[in-house]
Amino acid sequence: MFFQLTDWFPVLLSLRVAIIAVFVVTCLGLPLSRLLARREFYGKDLVEAALTLPMVLPPSVIGYGLLMLIGKNGLLGRVLSELGISLIFTWWAAVLASTVVAFPLMYQSAKAAFKSVDENYEKAARTLGAGEWRIFFTITLPLAWPGIIAGLVLSFARALGEFGATLMVAGNIPGQTQTIPLAIYFAVDAGDNATAKTLVAIITVFSFAVIFWVNRWAKRRKY
Amino acid sequence: MLEMRFAKKLWHFALELELEIGNQILVLWGQSGAGKTTVLHCLAGLRKPSSGQIRLNRRVLYSSNERINIPTRSRNVGYLFQDYALFPHMTVHQNVLYGLQNKRNKKNGENGKNGPVTDPMEMLHSFGVGHLVDRYPAQLSGGEKQRVALARALVVQPELLLLDEPFSALDRENKIKLRQELKKLHRQWQIPFVLVSHDEEDASFLGDVILTLEKGQSRAH
Repeated sequence: MFFQLTDWFPVLLSLRVAIIAVFVVTCLGLPLSRLLARREFYGKDLVEAALTLPMVLPPSVIGYGLLMLIGKNGLLGRVLSELGISLIFTWWAAVLASTVVAFPLMYQSAKAAFKSVDENYEKAARTLGAGEWRIFFTITLPLAWPGIIAGLVLSFARALGEFGATLMVAGNIPGQTQTIPLAIYFAVDAGDNATAKTLVAIITVFSFAVIFWVNRWAKRRKY
Repeated sequence: MLEMRFAKKLWHFALELELEIGNQILVLWGQSGAGKTTVLHCLAGLRKPSSGQIRLNRRVLYSSNERINIPTRSRNVGYLFQDYALFPHMTVHQNVLYGLQNKRNKKNGENGKNGPVTDPMEMLHSFGVGHLVDRYPAQLSGGEKQRVALARALVVQPELLLLDEPFSALDRENKIKLRQELKKLHRQWQIPFVLVSHDEEDASFLGDVILTLEKGQSRAH
């Protein structure tokens, strides 16, 4: 048989990891990018460089950094182990790795989107009596929406495809931490071409469908 | 009644104003870069003066001595932006309703009724744009946009209307028409209008009081 997949676990895990990572990235990225898009302060360039760094560093460097953080003797790892929690080599570590590498993509897209919203609209809303929260949800966010969608797609794709850092902090444990990219690599390594081919087909078709659908949907604007 | 005595330091000069007007039209006239829009921003609370006091009717909007600076959303000041700033993702109707959905204006009566028209549809019809309610701003002409923006600013019953270069995007014919309409509108509403213009003809036609701004120096006549 040409396509063959005995274990659907990597597919489901990859989806779960990517969805949670995008959720976290959105919750952190939107407020931060909104805050930094219009505010100037001393040291802003340093903060921005730090926030963008995971995008340009090799995944193995991210993975090493995360090991230092959540490893058995890591800064956070020691605190967590006293609470009886161990993140390392669990699928939560894969979520963490995906979140870190996907964050800059969301941050950059959302910041550019917020910056592109004409400040006069926000000022006009203020003169009409709107509070800052209402302005954000009724003016700024809807007008920045296309750019934020782009950020969602990019960060989702990046999270779904995460390989290097995930391998270092979550390992390749079939049925526990093995995501699609890991499963593909180890299937090829083991000469199991049917499984590799099938997973490649699934992730390609799925990614294509998501981007196609989101682009169609973003175009559907009335104004 | 609008009373303003304030100074605002800008990077190349300091702006100083001292003036009191009743329910009149004040025209701020001057070259571009003289700080006309800055004055409107200070009145609306979009920028903070360096020192002084601004009072509208009985309320102190800004006072450096008393450390009062009422935020824009609570000032009850209408603002017609130079580019109109109509929300592009909302229809004409949604634009005009936007202000009425804010807490300040929901409790009808707190602001009282300052003008002759309170109903949003009636307002749009009075400006001759009632048939455009379902259009988006991108589908309107310059003159239509301006009328919608005026309706949006007035429907929340402001106590003061600020107009930033209201004629700059209009052709001569439309401009003359709108100038007369503004004068009529002012008679109906009986609130102070502060209008920014660099055109001498506009200033002398509309202004009950004309304030000339030149590099921060102001001269009333």
